Amino acid sequence: MLKLSRIPASAAIGIILTAAFVFAAVFAPWIAPYGEGQIVGSLWQPSSAAHWLGTDNLGRDLLSRMIYGARTTLLIAALATALSFSMGSILGFTAAVVGGWIDQVMSRLVDLLMSIPTLIFALVVLSVLPANTLTLILVMGVLDSTRVYRLARAVAVDINVMDFVEAAKLRGEGRGWIIFREILPNALSPLVAELGLRFIFAVLFLSALSFLGLGVQPPEADWGGMVKENKEGIVFGIPAALIPAAAIALLAISVNLVADWILNRTTDLKGGRGNG
Amino acid sequence: MAKTAREVKDGGLLLDVRDLKIEATIYPPGEDPRQVTIVDGVSLQLKRGKVLGLIGESGAGKSTIGLASMGYGRGGVRITGGEVIVNGRDILKGGIAGLRKLRGREVCYVAQSAAAAFNPAHQLMDQVVEAAVRHGTLTRAEAAKRAVELFKKLGLPNPETIGKRYPHQVSGGQLQRVMTAMALCSDPDLIVFDEPTTALDVTTQIDVLAAIKDAIRDFGVAALYITHDLAVVAQVSDEIMVLRHGKMVEHGETEQIIHHPRQDYTKALVSVRSIVHEEKKPSPEPLLKVDSITAAYGGTAGVKVLKNVSVELHPGQTLAVVGESGSGKSTLARVITGLLPPIEGSVRFAGRTLSRALAQRTKDDLRELQMIYQMADVAMNPRQTVATIIGRPLEFYFGMRGAERDRRVVELLDEIEMGAKFLDRYPAELSGGQKQRVCIARALAAKPKLIICDEVTSALDPLVADGILKLLLNLQKIENVAYLFITHDLATVKAIADSIAVMYRGEVVRYGSKSTVLAPPFDAYTDLLLSSVPAMEIGWLENAIKGRRMQSAGN
Repeated sequence: MLKLSRIPASAAIGIILTAAFVFAAVFAPWIAPYGEGQIVGSLWQPSSAAHWLGTDNLGRDLLSRMIYGARTTLLIAALATALSFSMGSILGFTAAVVGGWIDQVMSRLVDLLMSIPTLIFALVVLSVLPANTLTLILVMGVLDSTRVYRLARAVAVDINVMDFVEAAKLRGEGRGWIIFREILPNALSPLVAELGLRFIFAVLFLSALSFLGLGVQPPEADWGGMVKENKEGIVFGIPAALIPAAAIALLAISVNLVADWILNRTTDLKGGRGNG
Repeated sequence: MAKTAREVKDGGLLLDVRDLKIEATIYPPGEDPRQVTIVDGVSLQLKRGKVLGLIGESGAGKSTIGLASMGYGRGGVRITGGEVIVNGRDILKGGIAGLRKLRGREVCYVAQSAAAAFNPAHQLMDQVVEAAVRHGTLTRAEAAKRAVELFKKLGLPNPETIGKRYPHQVSGGQLQRVMTAMALCSDPDLIVFDEPTTALDVTTQIDVLAAIKDAIRDFGVAALYITHDLAVVAQVSDEIMVLRHGKMVEHGETEQIIHHPRQDYTKALVSVRSIVHEEKKPSPEPLLKVDSITAAYGGTAGVKVLKNVSVELHPGQTLAVVGESGSGKSTLARVITGLLPPIEGSVRFAGRTLSRALAQRTKDDLRELQMIYQMADVAMNPRQTVATIIGRPLEFYFGMRGAERDRRVVELLDEIEMGAKFLDRYPAELSGGQKQRVCIARALAAKPKLIICDEVTSALDPLVADGILKLLLNLQKIENVAYLFITHDLATVKAIADSIAVMYRGEVVRYGSKSTVLAPPFDAYTDLLLSSVPAMEIGWLENAIKGRRMQSAGN
């Protein structure tokens, strides 16, 4: 079984940081010292005992904004990633197992979607559709699922020709069993590695959209939007824009440390036990 | 010249391994890493020009000892004790510079899988001469000239031009001979042969074996010959050392080991494949009737791999389908299971005609016709436990759930002589023989009338394979199940078959009950096949080569 002392240092750091971000996101209203849009002082104050990270371009407490921002950013990115993974992997596995014209049609559709630059595609769609969180999640999820589809299909095509899948087909198993019980467990390792990366891409993508004004709408806080709000301050030597940027980077690193560790525990031929 | 120097020293000691100890660190799941001893206190001596056979099952440490004679430990394996003295120097103390002088110059290596050992991006000649040129013993032109001579000596076709080919352009047996030429090219004192014929077809093996034996004798080079097949090693070795679990079991002259083994383990190895099987009489109504099947890959216009094949199999009996690779025997299994719908012909099974394609078959058709694969480790999902693997057919075909299913799984585990403690193991935590047993239990769980066994013992050590064959025969008595047994190994066929079909290039060339097929007069191909199976006697190789009427397909 999993023993705490066996977790390598890098993974432990990743787990602690990720847990801290998640904690901040979940309990934001209880741990944030001030309200999300509450103006507490003059703009761009340096850090002080009352405002640990100082205030932003409108005089709001930056720490509170960061905590609320974690909530929005993590929620949207996590849901978009979940959507892209369930959609991409199930469709990818189906394409690999079924093959034939279904595979052809789906793969060419995905090629079509991938041939349009993601950001431009998202900008066009988001400017037409009503601007709310649900639309944002759907657009991000669908666009990202094309990448997951490609990976899942490639992995599943390899597994699909193994003897144990042939044995299941000879037994007369349906596609559901073959996809979810024979192929999925063996495709998890590359998918988990991709999951960490995709989640971070989702965070960055959301930040880019917010920075361009099409993501999370103010006054709601999110890290990308906060970089945008405070970017003028950099000219005056005020670091308010760097703090959300640093948070994005830190989240990226810590999530991938965790993903690497999970990958190490699951990739090898020791069945489901991993090499600890 | 090196040659004269060798002749002067002839009869002297070349390789002296003293109290060799080799260890590795392993990382078992859920436990702390620990040290395992792979080779424990083995000593051996080899005189110039002599051949020592190292024999043992997988994990006996024979390859590790072979590599240690060139100072090499594979993947995390460390030589932790003892001395390896080659030409009077302890190579373990010479450092990396000393090893570089040794490898490819004094000691050369012939790997098991030549296809995997050659670099696919370079021409054969470049790879054959590399060691000699690098060591500066020969110029490139001299080395190429010597290589061509060696190609000739080893019986390779077109010796002048074969060096220009790439590894994928020659057959497996030829590639293995090219690798032997590569080892001989730099005129070494010692060659380590690591299972050079194990991956080859039985009819090709005999040619390669004869070529290697001639080359060893004519060039006066000493050799360590590593294999798990005692009959093979008996043909080429002067002495044999039997290894087990990293320790020496017995060491002696070839004649003594084969005819008067002293240890029980050696006796077991010598008497392997001596299963006695009474041939059964055909029943009035065959269980399986394959009627003039023609099948092709790539549609009706594709390459025909089966041509008008007809065989019959009676309930509770075994039909052995024999042939070398490419003869279409596995394709026959794919046609019977429905994975490859035939172009012509029909398959009748238990009184009904089976649909051509898998998708149209009923659940009972699928249940009564089970399959066991050659590679047990890829035939089981690595992420499922033994309980799931065996339990799934019970669930799927009989709707068994919970305690009822678990009880039946344990019964099946008992039937394959394993027991309930294996329930929550993953396939990676089983040995090769145990894996194959679990696959047998999975097939039996469906209560089939026919099990297709596709080379089920080829990937196993002889003693383990023997155990599997005995188990299969025993289960046939209890469950009255019929086997369609696909194999290239005639010793296996003799042990279990009731009737035999010999296949050659997609056609059945000889078919009948075991006693008639194995009795003369033989057709040319059956004769070749029969004469190619190594017998446990000294001098078999020479007689077999002399008595052959046709060349194997690899030539």
